[in-house]
Amino acid sequence: MEEIATAPAAEGLKSARRQPLRWGGRREGMVENRPMLDLITHAVLILGVAVIAFPVYITFVASTITAEEVLAAPMSLLPGPHLIENYREAWLRGAGNSAAPVGQMMMNSLVTALAIAIGKIAISLLSAFAIVYFKFPLRKLFFWMIFVTLMLPVEVRILPTYKVVSDLGMLDTYTGLTLPLIASATATFLFRQFFLTIPDELAEAARIDGAGPMRFFWDVVVPMSKTSMAALFVIQFIYGWNQYLWPLIVTTREDYYTVVIGIKRMIAGGGEASVEWHLVMATAILAMLPPAVVVILMQRWFVKGLVDTEK
Amino acid sequence: MEKRVVFRSRWLPYVLVAPQLAITIIFFFLPASQAILQSVQQQDPFGISVEFVGLDNFVNLFNDSHYLSSFKITAIFSVLVAFFGMTLSLILAVYADRAMRFAGIYKTLLIWPYAVAHAVAAVLWLFLFNPTLGVVAHWIKGFGIGWDPLLVAQDAMTLVVVAAAWNQISYNFLFFLAGLQSIPKSLIEAAAIDGAGPARRFWTIVLPLLSPTTFFLLVVNVVYAFFNTFAIIDTATSGGPGSATEILVYKVYKDGFKALDLGSSAAQSVILMVIVIALTIVQFRYIERKVQY
Repeated sequence: MEEIATAPAAEGLKSARRQPLRWGGRREGMVENRPMLDLITHAVLILGVAVIAFPVYITFVASTITAEEVLAAPMSLLPGPHLIENYREAWLRGAGNSAAPVGQMMMNSLVTALAIAIGKIAISLLSAFAIVYFKFPLRKLFFWMIFVTLMLPVEVRILPTYKVVSDLGMLDTYTGLTLPLIASATATFLFRQFFLTIPDELAEAARIDGAGPMRFFWDVVVPMSKTSMAALFVIQFIYGWNQYLWPLIVTTREDYYTVVIGIKRMIAGGGEASVEWHLVMATAILAMLPPAVVVILMQRWFVKGLVDTEK
Repeated sequence: MEKRVVFRSRWLPYVLVAPQLAITIIFFFLPASQAILQSVQQQDPFGISVEFVGLDNFVNLFNDSHYLSSFKITAIFSVLVAFFGMTLSLILAVYADRAMRFAGIYKTLLIWPYAVAHAVAAVLWLFLFNPTLGVVAHWIKGFGIGWDPLLVAQDAMTLVVVAAAWNQISYNFLFFLAGLQSIPKSLIEAAAIDGAGPARRFWTIVLPLLSPTTFFLLVVNVVYAFFNTFAIIDTATSGGPGSATEILVYKVYKDGFKALDLGSSAAQSVILMVIVIALTIVQFRYIERKVQY
């Protein structure tokens, strides 16, 4: 039965592993000369990139003009001169009547995302190590208990989970925001898969040299897992930063809002006219900046993480 | 697969799995069993009286036209999201796979939407499609077409589908690209030598060989549309107008948190769990068997 869990979810990925995705490197071309097709290729890609970037461009433009200019339909398609004052106002004051300052919300998001990413990696590393390197009576059961969590997304058990957290007095705390999201079947499997590829000779040598399991863990397993950790970190940081439903229900106080929740609060309530779109748009740009920077700067690990975790 | 060499300790492995297991039990198993328990109970909103009602909650749900229409809405929504998201990313992946120059730049510019939070994506499109000040809404009206996602069901659906598909394009793109790059070059070259043009090669070689990736992405996109788009719905339309964009996950939340109908909300949770489990099994089992060609 265990094979189900170890099986890569798709052929595309299986072959992607056998033959790693060539990211960034140049592809060798076919011996075929079709200048017209080359032209179409670039035209399609440029159009695709432009269409995909368009909403973000408009958001940026809206964040650099005044509230009145946003309301003048249609608004200008070129950036205005109010970039610094809009961002400063959003950062220090926020927007709307119920939202906290964006600077503070960004800090909350950062704490949440880091706690989730690091916490997931830490506990998954430990449990995967136990499952791979020890034989103990309840091993199979534990493995299955972790596996089943894959099938229970927070969305489908939202009310009882909320009840548990509220009974534990964790509403409006960083613990309540992060701890319930830290268990991760995908991270555990990823590490398990990776540990299984570590040559047995290494563990054997460690044992002969008299090194205990934890010594082996710190000196061999952890250093060897660095790439997997980096890949997971990118994926889980984005996951943590972008959380929505969970922070929405466990935070009632403004000082615990994450920036993603803050945006929702800025546009909710109050009539259409009271939405300060120029500030909301500045907040949107600020909210997408950290995860976008992580994806672009850590592109290789991002791609590896996405393909390895398969979800 | 098992390790030949293992360490021995009576207590250490339990300590190592303890944190993961504790969180799993407290925040997964406990709530999930609560949901199952509540789904066969009827509770008043203040939690004073609880009564065992068997499968009544489920029977009521399937007799409830609102719930059935939410099923239909979810189905339409996920088909549209999967279709548009996958078609566009396949086109982009095919051309990105072909491009020799600037390939790296194109890829970078196509993967970043993955980093945008669903709620933020919803706000971006909400703004573009805003009937009074949205740029895209202005263009649509320029063609003489009426447009108001706040009042017209179809327009609201268009808004959430566009936002959801946009957010998912990078993911699909990456996996299609991985699939395309794993197709042996020799096959394509052989076909080219036999005189098959690029279009013919795409339909007769590339697309069939890509089918495992396509199927995998189909399952992933359906799961995504079913469960992960909550933030998009809540931010962009709150299920409205009326309940035109009220997908199943949103209804669980609304009935549980807003209407405080615990029994019904729990029963809906259980139905969703069954759907996730079925989809997960399809993903692991069916795809695994298909792989062996």
